Amino acid sequence: MELLVSEGKSVSGSRWLLLHAAVVFAFLYLPIAVLIIYSFNGDGVGGFPPHHLTFDWYRILFADGPIWDSVLNSLQVALAAMVISLAFGVPAALALERAQFPGKALFRRLVLLPLILPGIITGLSLLMLFNVAGTKLSLLTIILGHGTALISVATTEVFAGLQKVDRAQEEASLDLGANYWQTFWRITVPNLKLPIIGAALLIFTLSMDEIAVSFFLIGRDNTLPLEIWGRLRRGITPEINAVSTIIFVFSLVAILLWYRLRVRGEGGSEIGLEIAEVADPV
Amino acid sequence: MPASGVRNIGMMTTSEIAMASVSSSVVRGPLLRIQNVAKSFGKNIVLRNISLDVAEGEFLTILGESGSGKTTLLRIIAGFETASGGEVWMGEERLDQQPPYRRRVNTVFQSYALFPHLTVEQNVAYGLRVAKRPEVEIASRVKEALDKVKMSAYAKSKPSKISGGQQQRVALARALVNRPRLLLLDEPLSALDANLRRQMQVELKSLQREVGISFIFVTHDQEEAMVMSDRIALLRSGELEQVATPREIYGRPATAYVAQFIGHTNLLKGQVQAGKVRSGPFTWSAALPDGPALFSLRPESLHLASQENAASGSVRISGKVRHQAFHGATELIRVECADGLILVVRIPGSAGALDNVELEFFPGDAVVVRESAERI
Repeated sequence: MELLVSEGKSVSGSRWLLLHAAVVFAFLYLPIAVLIIYSFNGDGVGGFPPHHLTFDWYRILFADGPIWDSVLNSLQVALAAMVISLAFGVPAALALERAQFPGKALFRRLVLLPLILPGIITGLSLLMLFNVAGTKLSLLTIILGHGTALISVATTEVFAGLQKVDRAQEEASLDLGANYWQTFWRITVPNLKLPIIGAALLIFTLSMDEIAVSFFLIGRDNTLPLEIWGRLRRGITPEINAVSTIIFVFSLVAILLWYRLRVRGEGGSEIGLEIAEVADPV
Repeated sequence: MPASGVRNIGMMTTSEIAMASVSSSVVRGPLLRIQNVAKSFGKNIVLRNISLDVAEGEFLTILGESGSGKTTLLRIIAGFETASGGEVWMGEERLDQQPPYRRRVNTVFQSYALFPHLTVEQNVAYGLRVAKRPEVEIASRVKEALDKVKMSAYAKSKPSKISGGQQQRVALARALVNRPRLLLLDEPLSALDANLRRQMQVELKSLQREVGISFIFVTHDQEEAMVMSDRIALLRSGELEQVATPREIYGRPATAYVAQFIGHTNLLKGQVQAGKVRSGPFTWSAALPDGPALFSLRPESLHLASQENAASGSVRISGKVRHQAFHGATELIRVECADGLILVVRIPGSAGALDNVELEFFPGDAVVVRESAERI
């Protein structure tokens, strides 16, 4: 009898748990689903259920000059930020993994701090810096903002990859007559190819979506997220849904790509892994 | 070269001269000279005062348990570790102050450390490419090296696609293709299964004879060391216990540790007085100074004695067989004698079940060993 009672309890308990989980997931994903569905709704953003399925909003979107300007701006920013953060992040990772120097613990904390620093703080402090320096705000200031804020991402990704590189391989290379520089380019870098590509994809995606830092450093030219945000103040049109859907798809593809690389290379850090694991259908 | 050779002879000790004349007909100075090398990691002393010479064309094995410092010594020679003290010389060149890539020494790593992104062929060509040899020469030398280790069929494969034994051969080819003066091998056979391991021991030894390069081979396996080496350097907790040929180290172990580490032995504590050794139930005569002494008596030096023809001058004792372990050609038996003394005896494998036995040995087979290596 006791057994039955406790079984009954646990079944009803798990039912509640299931409901709870469903509600949480609905809260998280229903808006995205609605966003995507209404990008095809001929009647605009209102009305339920959606009808008059149409590609009109996509047609309008593709004819919209300012949106495409902002997309190009965002691509520029993302590419430049990717280059900057890798250029600083890879050497930083090498220093952290391979070198012993005084103040290393402090150095690591300083490099990784932007990872947990709120975007508002990063943006505001950079804004004040540019003000003091008398720099005019432009895409360049956003690039510098993204580039520096994302160094930490490049560092953690490449650092994790480096930890998986077999040190004996580098010793074998030295043993076979290659000096340290040759060993780095011929052995270390090829071993780091996947973590570096993965870091680049992640940085690119993060920069494309970034809004807080950009908001403080924006000049005349809008990035895509800021352009969207600007339009929202004038009311929502399904055109926004359409562009958001496209961003969503591209981000998903980039993260999936990054995740696949990681699984293949078994490199990378824990950052973003959970998102990617959920996104990966396999 | 002849001049320095002559000068070096004057400085050689008798054992070095004996060693040099055994391993090569031309008497020359040693190829590698390790002098008073020490190494500590922080407070942890790994090597103390190691001095060791390696002759041209010699197969020297550094034998020791894990933690004895054997790999560290190898890494100091290769240049991956810096000695805390002492010097390493190759001919007239101070080796330990050169970076690893300037030493004419190549290494076969325990994990093989093949480059996963390069094919077998590219792995072997790596050293020659870095040295900027002409492509024609690289191609022919790589082919030759792969032929030598019978891996030509796998030239285009990636290391992940071949077996452990095959990776081992590629690692060997990758090192030998550079024609080093000295090849270092860090437990290269430890990952292979027993059969392949025995086969590789023979192949490696004949390959070494063929190429004539000096090998320093690190292992913890005393059987492997005995089978392959010209000389064995036995390392214990960072100190050399004995450096000698396999026969010498087995027949004349310097210390109790050496006697026990290499093969089986019976250690007998004795007291010498006026030319007589008294050890438990035994007494025999020996020309030794008075005082305590320790003797190593190999199991095969003890024989089953028959009542009729007692050999003259042999030492005899009777005992009861407690345990018999059949090994095929021979059998190891444990015999309990008077005073609770247990002796391990190797007898022919055809003896059958035994109970009470009479044992004998010749006093000359009881080798005096030191309690431990003397600290210098």
